[in-house]
Amino acid sequence: MGWFVLSSSLYVTGLSGMAFNRKNVLILLMSIELMLLAINFHWIGFSFALDDAMGQVFALLILTVAAAESAIGLGILVIYYRVRGTIAMDWIHLLRG
Amino acid sequence: MYVAMVFLPLLGASLAGLGGRWLGARGAGMITTGGVGTAALLALVGLYEVGVCGSPTYVRLGPWMEVDWMDASWGFQFDALTSSMMVIVTLISTLVHLYSTEYMSHDPHQPRFMSYLSLFTFFMIMLITAENLVQLFLGWEGVGLCSYLLINFWFTRYAANKAAMKAMIMNRIGDFGFALGIFALFATFHSVDFATIFAQVPAYAAENGSSWLTVICLLLFVGAVGKSAQVGLHTWLPDAMEGPTPVSALIHAATMVTAGVYMMIRCSPLFEYAPSALVVITIFGAMTAFFAATTGLLQNDLKKVIAYSTCSQLGYMVFAVGLSQYSISMFHLMNHAYFKALLFLSAGSVIHALADEQDMRRMGGLVKLLPFTYTMILVGSMALMGFPFLTGFYSKDVILEVAYAHWSFQGTFAHWLGCLSAFFTAFYSFRLIFMTFFRDTNAYKASIAGVHEAPWRMATPLAILGVASIFVGYLTRDLFIGLGTPFWGTAIYTHPDHWIQADAEWIPVLVKWIPFFVSVAGAAGAVLLYTIGRFVILQIQLSWVGRRVTQFLTQKWFFDRVYNETFGPMLLRWGYTTSYGALDKGLIEATGPVGGWNFAGRGASLFHGFQTGYVYHASFWMIVGVSFFLAFLFLPIFGTAVAWLNLPVLLLLGVALLFVS
Repeated sequence: MGWFVLSSSLYVTGLSGMAFNRKNVLILLMSIELMLLAINFHWIGFSFALDDAMGQVFALLILTVAAAESAIGLGILVIYYRVRGTIAMDWIHLLRG
Repeated sequence: MYVAMVFLPLLGASLAGLGGRWLGARGAGMITTGGVGTAALLALVGLYEVGVCGSPTYVRLGPWMEVDWMDASWGFQFDALTSSMMVIVTLISTLVHLYSTEYMSHDPHQPRFMSYLSLFTFFMIMLITAENLVQLFLGWEGVGLCSYLLINFWFTRYAANKAAMKAMIMNRIGDFGFALGIFALFATFHSVDFATIFAQVPAYAAENGSSWLTVICLLLFVGAVGKSAQVGLHTWLPDAMEGPTPVSALIHAATMVTAGVYMMIRCSPLFEYAPSALVVITIFGAMTAFFAATTGLLQNDLKKVIAYSTCSQLGYMVFAVGLSQYSISMFHLMNHAYFKALLFLSAGSVIHALADEQDMRRMGGLVKLLPFTYTMILVGSMALMGFPFLTGFYSKDVILEVAYAHWSFQGTFAHWLGCLSAFFTAFYSFRLIFMTFFRDTNAYKASIAGVHEAPWRMATPLAILGVASIFVGYLTRDLFIGLGTPFWGTAIYTHPDHWIQADAEWIPVLVKWIPFFVSVAGAAGAVLLYTIGRFVILQIQLSWVGRRVTQFLTQKWFFDRVYNETFGPMLLRWGYTTSYGALDKGLIEATGPVGGWNFAGRGASLFHGFQTGYVYHASFWMIVGVSFFLAFLFLPIFGTAVAWLNLPVLLLLGVALLFVS
């Protein structure tokens, strides 16, 4: 069960990075990557544990989705930096209630 | 003919009221006077047919309200009671109309005035001809409304506004009791019809006793107290003098105030079975007679003196009702109508002659200038104080005699207070005559220079009423209260045990003379005190006790003071703090508009507080929310909660959480 605890801790770390990170959009994206990585660990771990290849197929697909997601995310980040001149999270609150 | 009698005044009122601009003052006067005058002629024929020939007439026009047991229809009954009342109402109304065409001739609103007068007459006729209580109540409220309109006729005057509102409100207090009485009658007898109710009363009383009937009768009497200005609710009557003088004549003589007494006479089969209520009525009537007579002693307003004498005479009528002598009460009502109308219209003539001066202290010496008016006031006052062989004598003395012959506590009480009132009545009547006509004049030179005797349209009613005040009592005594007269038929019921008119014939002769002696003493006292004794009375009034007594009487026994300084503020404060402060501005606003607004505002600010715009706040709440739902779904401690929490309930809870603050 060591892999399950490890990957779950990894997921919680990513989650904490999303919730408590107040400075940098880059770190937010990195946290998302970390969470996706943790999910992949789960898929592969369960695939071994349950002896089912489907988990590995899903892990491969998630790898592509994660790559596409970080590509688009970084693209948005660059455009945002060009407009605002900053990527600080504290400044991104224009849509207050 | 009978329907025409009812609706002619309404026709006149509508034409003069709606078409007054085209008819003009003269046309409106002629139409309304003509309408009421025709009704008066028909009423005389009706009195002959119904009263003398003994053929009561019932006219049913059609249904009004028919719901379950309730059946109130538009119907008119002309029995002896109605037809004799009808004669005085229409006759005096006609004379007042004729008088008003001259008295109000300089007023720009004369068509309106005539229209109100006719409407007043119509409602009074509606009241007296009603064959059920609901229709009677229509007339009852109608005369109240018309009295409001007429007292407030000069609506630019503050005092008139106040007096009119007071009349309306004091009357409503009585009407509330009257309405409760009608409800109680309906609940008991399942009918509002006079005939149906009265037919059931004896059996009901035999089976259930008289306690509930006493309650009903007392409630009806509360109505009569308001309308007939008995002590307690009398304060509106003197203030009602703010209206034009013919209005006072109409209100005080023939219509308005007689309605209360009339209603009790009409309900005689009911009152006869509630002896305890009769005791209360007697006591109240006697107190009113005495109270008003003493208050009239020191009033300085010409009309207010006569107003208090009305109040006092109504007290006589009411205690006659309380002693079960309904026909005598009715007789006095009719006689009083003639001489009180005469007094008021003569007072109007004086006021008219002196350019609207009403204060007796500013009058005097008019006997040479207004001999005709003087004669009329003298006749009216003599009739009022019951001088032998004038109209008032025949009813007033009989009332006092039956009070003596009643052989009961309340009878003796009424007899004593009645005799004292007779003394005071004579005193203030002669005080009025002396101050107005005999004393050296105190009037302004301009008013004295403009004094003129009443023109013919004012003089004719005076002359007719003067003749009536002398002869009517003598002529109609046997018809109305002669022993064993068949005139009333079934209109008035007197319980056999209460039959004391014969006893009254056998009381000591000296007792029969008492009213005459006290009246003469009162008249002589007034003349003496205000001629040779006027410095004596000044000294008496200036002494310590005299000052207190004078103040007590001129302040009308402090009734208005107590009402204005105790009950009025109490009710006003209650209205402000409780009904306005605690309910309207408190509970209803807190749960209604203001509460809703606050609630919505708090909820909105809560939502608004959640939406900071920071990405990490949004993600934090996302995590919290997901954890919350996961916990609900999977943690065993929430297991029982999950069993009954389904999605709609969860949504509701979520929304509710947003509003908690």
